[in-house]
Amino acid sequence: MSKVIRVVTLTIDDQEVTGREDETILTVARQHDIDIPTLCFLEGLSGWGSCRICLVAVEGVPKLLPACMTYCSEGMVVHTENEQIKAYRKSILELLFSERNHICSVCVSNGACELQALAQKCGMDHVSLPYRFPSYEVDSSHNLFRNDHNRCVLCTRCIRVCDEIEGAHVWDLADRGINAHVISDLNAPWGDSETCTNCGKCVQVCPTGALVQKGTAVAEMHKRRAFLPYLNAMRGNHG
Amino acid sequence: MSDTATKIKVATIWIDGCSGCHMSFLDIDERILELAPHIDMVYGPLVDLKEIPEGLDLVIVEGAVANDADLHHVLELRKKSKFMIALGDCAVSGNVPSMRNPIGQKDCFERAYFENADTGQQIPTNGVPALLKNAIPVHQAVKVDLFIQGCPPPADAIFFVLSELVAGRVPDPTKVTRFGA
Repeated sequence: MSKVIRVVTLTIDDQEVTGREDETILTVARQHDIDIPTLCFLEGLSGWGSCRICLVAVEGVPKLLPACMTYCSEGMVVHTENEQIKAYRKSILELLFSERNHICSVCVSNGACELQALAQKCGMDHVSLPYRFPSYEVDSSHNLFRNDHNRCVLCTRCIRVCDEIEGAHVWDLADRGINAHVISDLNAPWGDSETCTNCGKCVQVCPTGALVQKGTAVAEMHKRRAFLPYLNAMRGNHG
Repeated sequence: MSDTATKIKVATIWIDGCSGCHMSFLDIDERILELAPHIDMVYGPLVDLKEIPEGLDLVIVEGAVANDADLHHVLELRKKSKFMIALGDCAVSGNVPSMRNPIGQKDCFERAYFENADTGQQIPTNGVPALLKNAIPVHQAVKVDLFIQGCPPPADAIFFVLSELVAGRVPDPTKVTRFGA
C-alpha cells in the first residue's frame, strides 16, 4: 500500500503557501517565485545539502536549516533572509573563494559562473580571510574536456549527474576536509578513465569553470542543461 | 564652481596591476567634468609629484600588493588618508598578480630570468623592490573602506561610486559591478 502524501500549509516570508510533505522548502519556495540562492543544488539531481548557501530560518528551530534538504511540515514558518542568513551566505562564499584559486577575470566561465554570480548577489565584495593559494593540478588528459581543480567548489553535481543520470559513476570524492577533491575512476587521469562515456553531462552541470570544454577561451564557456529536465521527464523521474 | 578648500583631495596609485583600472577611470569621459568641481587630484600616475602629500581625503588603489615598494606606498597612503578604495580585482582579490603565489617565488624567478632569458641570466636585485612571498589584496596589508570589483571595473561603476562619495554617500559597488566584470 502506498503511503499517503499530505498537503501541508506553511508560511515562507510572510506568504502562506501549500506544498506536499515530501517536497522541500526550496521546491515549494520556487513554486511560489520565492527566491532562495543555491549552489550545490540542481533541479533534476538528488539533494546533497553540502554548500549551505540555501540556509533558511525556521521558527522554533535554534539553527539554520538547508532549504534544499528540509521537508515542509504543517504550520512551519520560514524566513529566507535576515541579517544572520546574509552574514552566513557571505562567509560561505568567502570560504569558497579563499579555499582554491578562483580568478574570475581569466576564467573560461567568466560571466556564466554560478559562484561569481552568487558573490555579486549576496554582496560578497571582498574575502576577509587570508587566501590559501593552494597548488592544484589541471587535468587536460581527456580529449574533449578539462578538469581545473583550482575552480572546483566540491558541489558534487558532476558525481551525482554521472551516477544518477548517465549511470557511469566516473566521478567520486577522495580524501577529507580541506584535502577533499574530485577524482575520476580510482584516481586515474580523466583521459585514461575506462568508465567515462564522453557524454559531457558533468561539464554541463558544473557551476563554475572547473569542468569545461577544451578549446574555450575566457568567458566562452556556457553550460547547457536542457538535457536534465528532458531526460528526467522522458524516464518518468520525479523530484 | 567650488573652490579648492571645499574640494576633496584625491590620490590614486597603480601598484601590481596593468593600469586598466586607471584607463577605465579615464573612460568616464566627459563625465569627469561633473566630478572635477568636487575633486582635487593631488597624487598618482596622472599627477607629476614624487612625494605623497599629507591630508588626503580619498585614496584609490589599483593593483595587488606584490613587493616592498607597494607595501611601503599603501602604508603611507593609508596613514595620510581618511578613506581608501580598492579599485579592481587585483586590489580586491589579488587577481592575476596572485597567480604566481601557488607556483612559488623560486620557480617564478627560475622561469622568468633563467629558462626564458637568452643572455645575462640573473635575478635582478639592483634598483628594483624585493618581491613579497605572495601578491596579496590591499586589505590584507592595510584597512580598506570600499571595494570595487571588476577587471577592470566598468567606467559606469567607477563614475557611480565616485559620484556617490562626493555626494557624501557610501554606495554598494556590488550593485553595479562584479568580480571579473
